[in-house]
Amino acid sequence: MPAGRNITVSEASRPKLPRHTKLKFDATRQVWVILAPERVLAPDEIAVEVLHLCDGIRSVAEMADQLAAKYAAPRDAISSDVIAMLQDLADKGFLTEAREKTP
Amino acid sequence: MSPTLTDAGQAVAHPADGLATLESRRSTAETYGIPLAVLAEVTHRCPLQCPYCSNPVELDRAGSELTTGEWKKVLSELAEIGVLQIHFSGGEPTARKDLVELVQHASDVGLYSNLITSAVLLTREKLAALADAGLCHVQISFQGNEPVVADRVAGFKGHAKKLEVARWTRELELPLTVNAVMHRQNLHQLPDIIQMAVDLDADRLEVANVQYYGWALKNRAALMPTLEQLEETTRIVEDAQARLKGVLAIDYVVPDYYALRPKKCMGGWGRQFFNISPSGKILPCHAAESITGLEFESVRSNHSIAWIWQNSEAFNRYRGTSWMSEPCRSCEFREIDFGGCRCQAFALTGDAGNTDPACTLSPHHDRIFKVAAEEAAGNHSRFIYRNFAGGTPETESGT
Repeated sequence: MPAGRNITVSEASRPKLPRHTKLKFDATRQVWVILAPERVLAPDEIAVEVLHLCDGIRSVAEMADQLAAKYAAPRDAISSDVIAMLQDLADKGFLTEAREKTP
Repeated sequence: MSPTLTDAGQAVAHPADGLATLESRRSTAETYGIPLAVLAEVTHRCPLQCPYCSNPVELDRAGSELTTGEWKKVLSELAEIGVLQIHFSGGEPTARKDLVELVQHASDVGLYSNLITSAVLLTREKLAALADAGLCHVQISFQGNEPVVADRVAGFKGHAKKLEVARWTRELELPLTVNAVMHRQNLHQLPDIIQMAVDLDADRLEVANVQYYGWALKNRAALMPTLEQLEETTRIVEDAQARLKGVLAIDYVVPDYYALRPKKCMGGWGRQFFNISPSGKILPCHAAESITGLEFESVRSNHSIAWIWQNSEAFNRYRGTSWMSEPCRSCEFREIDFGGCRCQAFALTGDAGNTDPACTLSPHHDRIFKVAAEEAAGNHSRFIYRNFAGGTPETESGT
């Protein structure tokens, strides 16, 4: 199965943006954008923060810990919000996962 | 606090060839912000002769094309004024020997680059060089799912090569869109085309019914589907969209002759989109040159691209709603569809300021729909192939 499709995002996932999906600050419009094939997405501030954490090393669980501590917010709610947002991105084909090491 | 992703670039599949444009939610009637994406038609040269080609019937000759230096200057200027994506298209963009250099320059100035190609001129080395130059996405057109139909429609034996290039695209880990332009003579292959896209490991499939201007209008009698065919098509697409969620995204464009309301063509004239012709003209859509009497400014003029977008007569002529006559002028949908397509209004009624006859409220609608339905039910199947000579009729041996 190719990278970027049919991914189920969970707390164990270590997501990252594939090469063809670029997070960029649009200086003209003063907003962050995600550039993908023939599309431009406009992530909100929190989504941008989550995407900056998607380095293929951190797990979603670690992201949720980090954001819960930073915003002093309920971890479960943050975790489910982050998973929903990343799943949406994955379903569009704009998210990939670090390869699991084969035992 | 929950994170959201707003789709600033709802992909609107493009009339005629299925190109997607980007619709900016920030564009408003008052301020015409610079488009997020621009279509660069770098050449009209193409080995294929598809009878529904979206290029104008009067093609730009090779000698009038912008030079490498001119295109590079254009790309720099686009990035500077806030364009985010560039679509390299044509004609066949890989017919230009400098395409790798142009893609590299787009990358250097920060543009996200898409290649919209027939694929038949590519080698694996060339594709790898484009990827190394920073190409982000490849869209390959298919005329059918097997060579008998596909090569006849294209007027060129290229189907097998397209499959090969699609595989190289995925081997190089580039995202792949399959673009399938559909009409009466290939709609029966749609289920197989969807399966072909899955088998090719495509990310996205554009199922784009032909839109009838220019070459396609010349060939309407050979291409127009029946209403029954269209309803079956919609059912097949909707079923596949549900079945393939997360595997293959499918965009769908219906032929607007069978719609009740006209399409919001190009997101509205001069609102969200422009393209640049091979000779450097800045156009509100790639069929706009078919409207006689409009003067289009060129990147070779003394004006900047931003000035042309904001101030030129051609862009302002049909912007907003003040140019409208009835039934558009007082219509509650006037800012929903902006009167439909100017090129279609011109081609079918002789006045680009009329309501697009695709709209049921147009006084021309019933007459044109009736003709189209008769053509769809008829048995005219031969094409007029697209070429620089103004078109060549398909011969009997070719059918």
